[in-house]
Amino acid sequence: MTKARRIYEKIVTGILFSSSTITSLTVILIVVFLFREGIGLFNTTPTEKNYVIAVSRQNTVPVITSNELADIFNQDITNWKQLGGRNDSIIRLTLNDLSGIFTEEELGPNLENFPQKLNEYVKTTPGVILYLSKEYIPKNFAGRIIPVKKISLLDFIFGKHWYPTSTPIPQFGIWPMIVGTLMVTFGAILFALPFGMATAIFMSEIAGNRLRTIMKPVVELLAGIPSVVYGFFGLVVLVPLIQRLFGLDVGETVLAGSIVLGIMALPTMVTVAEDALNSTPKSLREASLALGASELQTLFRVVIPYAKSGISTAVILGTGRAIGETMAVLMVTGNSTHVNYSFLQPTRTIPATIAAELGDTSFGGVHYNALFALAIVLFLFTIIINLSVEVIKNRNKEVNQRG
Amino acid sequence: MTHAEVKNVNVWYDTIHALKDVSLKFEPNTVTALIGPSGCGKSTFLRLFNRMNDLIPSFRMDGTVMVNNQDVYSKEIRIDEIRKNVGMVFQKPNPFPKSIFENVAYGLRVNGINNKAVVEETVERSLRQSALWDEVKDVLKKSALELSGGQQQRLCIARALAVEPKLILMDEPASSLDPISTARIEELIFELKKTYTIILVTHNLQQAGRISDLTAFFYLGELIEYNLTKKLFLNPDNVQTQNYITGRFG
Repeated sequence: MTKARRIYEKIVTGILFSSSTITSLTVILIVVFLFREGIGLFNTTPTEKNYVIAVSRQNTVPVITSNELADIFNQDITNWKQLGGRNDSIIRLTLNDLSGIFTEEELGPNLENFPQKLNEYVKTTPGVILYLSKEYIPKNFAGRIIPVKKISLLDFIFGKHWYPTSTPIPQFGIWPMIVGTLMVTFGAILFALPFGMATAIFMSEIAGNRLRTIMKPVVELLAGIPSVVYGFFGLVVLVPLIQRLFGLDVGETVLAGSIVLGIMALPTMVTVAEDALNSTPKSLREASLALGASELQTLFRVVIPYAKSGISTAVILGTGRAIGETMAVLMVTGNSTHVNYSFLQPTRTIPATIAAELGDTSFGGVHYNALFALAIVLFLFTIIINLSVEVIKNRNKEVNQRG
Repeated sequence: MTHAEVKNVNVWYDTIHALKDVSLKFEPNTVTALIGPSGCGKSTFLRLFNRMNDLIPSFRMDGTVMVNNQDVYSKEIRIDEIRKNVGMVFQKPNPFPKSIFENVAYGLRVNGINNKAVVEETVERSLRQSALWDEVKDVLKKSALELSGGQQQRLCIARALAVEPKLILMDEPASSLDPISTARIEELIFELKKTYTIILVTHNLQQAGRISDLTAFFYLGELIEYNLTKKLFLNPDNVQTQNYITGRFG
């Protein structure tokens, strides 16, 4: 080997090595970034920065959760007794309410009397709860600043309310989105499975060569259509159809999302399932046919059982395609963050929520962190999906290669 | 009586003339070996009897193929009926990824026989006939893929026997097996001859010499010589046969 040749090969090896390193690093960096931004949510109190919640010194409630706060300000909780405190009815006080309680004369032209008035008010009103900017809290404050509980993982996942921008206290319960995502995905699979399998079986077993060479690119073309186009199709065709068919007020429903996603999952499913069916050795088919089995008997008794794990892979990969899809679902599912268990009601999926809200958040804010935490949940979903594909593939290898 | 007969058969794949005007008769309870170099039409010939060639889209043929005095290529006859009467064993063991029991029972099940007693009896009989029963009788529920290659091939023979064919086609049944497994298969073929008519494709001339009663030598799609095995190997009528079996070409 000449020297030039050796150097050349070193360079090529170096380029290959660095490319693969960069690729792997990028993936790791993105995951790290995702977790760093998302985990931040669980170390913060959900109140806005520089704002505090305060109560009277006589109040015995030690800490307060964001859900309780939300209930208080929504007037769902009206007495401290409900939170384990004294029997005082709750009096809410925010900056906007000040003018109703104190006159301008009382406060003075430059609000110089405000600290004193506020202290007096807090002293005489045991049921008060204040939501104020820190700068309005007097130095010798007569009340007590009550700590707000940090957001817990359980509240985040099982919380039923997603009001990321409400004041005084935003709420970050992602249960509605988890339910929405799972339902839309499940519906999509339910819709895509029979059609996808039938198409795959037809293409690999029944269609002649010529028909297959036409059908295969057509099905694969489905994968190349931009998802907004699917969303647009769903919005213009499916949504009104569903609305009319079921006599609904709005046609933007879980069902619409499921059908659109089902169509989008078809190409993955058909292609992978068809490959699985085709991978059944010719010798097994021949053995079956030689024993007097018909083509259909061979299909159902030999080919499909053999391709079972490949077919499961197809279904799971289709699920993966559906679960992360954003645009089309956003367009047809109606963007409702209420918990909904019906296929004929609006919902919103995790990716749709991130896409819809990320533009409105401030960098590093609680809402921003919450969206990243939502992304982590989605990421975990897809990890589970990918892992199950691997598990099934390995099991299949074992079964079909033994002996 | 003749058991199977081929009369003036020509086969084409597209424009390739794979079998040229071949006529042959097979007597009951004989083993006939088909020999010849690769691509000479042996396998095509073998697959005439259960119409497995029909699976190849470019396949065309004329002439008659008779099995049990039935015209195999007649329009009135159902293809699965023919295949039920003709068992086939393939080059590589190809058990289904099912249990040992279900492999043998497969032929019955696809033909609508599900009576438990009948199925169990047939499975046992077939496994005994293929000399596998003693090795597997306690593990019938195990996957067939856990058997050794030789056992798998005997299982495939049992599977073919279960539908009670008259004629058994074997396409190089021992070519992927070790010498000991091969010997067992050959013994088995010898046994099966008492009940069945066997047509066997083989690349292994010694094997043909050992187990067959009659041998047919094919070359370039033509039947060159059909003779008693002993005669064909010791004193062939045709000079091409002579050249082939002495290894001058092949």
